[in-house]
Amino acid sequence: MATFKKKTKTKQDIPTSALPDIIFMLLFFFMISTTFRESELLVKNSLPQASELTKLEKKSLVSYIYIGEPTDTKKFGTEPRIQVNDVLIEPDQIVQHVIQEKDKLGEDGDKITMSLKIDRDAKMGVISDVRQKLRDANALKVNYASNKKLRISGM
Amino acid sequence: MIQKKKKETPEINGGAMADIAFLLLIFFLVATTIASDKGVTVMLPPKAEDVDVKVKTRNVFNILVNSKDMMLAQEEQVDLPQLRTMVKEFVLNNGKNKDMSESPAKAIISLKSDRGTSYEMYISVIDELKYAYAEMRAMYLKIPLEDYQALDKENPDQKEKLTRARKAIPYKVSDAEPSEIK
Repeated sequence: MATFKKKTKTKQDIPTSALPDIIFMLLFFFMISTTFRESELLVKNSLPQASELTKLEKKSLVSYIYIGEPTDTKKFGTEPRIQVNDVLIEPDQIVQHVIQEKDKLGEDGDKITMSLKIDRDAKMGVISDVRQKLRDANALKVNYASNKKLRISGM
Repeated sequence: MIQKKKKETPEINGGAMADIAFLLLIFFLVATTIASDKGVTVMLPPKAEDVDVKVKTRNVFNILVNSKDMMLAQEEQVDLPQLRTMVKEFVLNNGKNKDMSESPAKAIISLKSDRGTSYEMYISVIDELKYAYAEMRAMYLKIPLEDYQALDKENPDQKEKLTRARKAIPYKVSDAEPSEIK
């Protein structure tokens, strides 16, 4: 007599075919909401918090300056330094940098916005030096990058 | 009886797809940042030869911040919420009190910081001043603060409101050169 093989009806594996879709969704979210790092940070950069923020409107007209304690303290010391693009510079070089940035923009050069990404532990001394140089270079619109602080109304 | 053979549907093994997507995801996580394109916008004064502008002392509200992040407003030691109340009182004085501003349009806030003042403190003070002005403008337009903050520059009707409020209560903060404050 032939033996009948018992057929199991239940499948043992969990269907995972939807997993890639979920991951792709996550991927697209990250692709849309993030931007590539413009430059490798050589300075510490944790932004302060403020509540009265304005959004930078034209991204193409924005140029960034980073200020903070160098990450490589052995090489550069602990004093706050200024970083533009990928190099650390001295305050005196800022005028030159701004002129270069303005040249890149061509006609819109005067509409340039300098976004200062300054570490919250930096001191005003170096910042005011930078500010003076920006005035010299006639880049007057300045944005102090900060993170959103929530205020409890009535406070 | 011939058993009907179940036709097998050809299937592509999609198990590796998740791995590929994960790799891409991780690459984007590492290589990109969530852009923080928001901040406190200020206009620096243009570089000018020393122009002596005569301003009546009563119209100037003095704020000093020293290197220990202590704040002095009109020669009184204050903290941030106190500062906001004082600024509002000072600007909206409209000539009542002889020691305070003549009108909101004439009131000037002078902020002086030390070279050793921390940036965090400086931003907090600027933020507090902006907040005070936003509150005053909202009050001027007789709308809640949230509505004022939601006003949109692109909308002509709302822009008119903004300009009106800005004209009535202009934000005049003079950012004096940091110096060594004892």
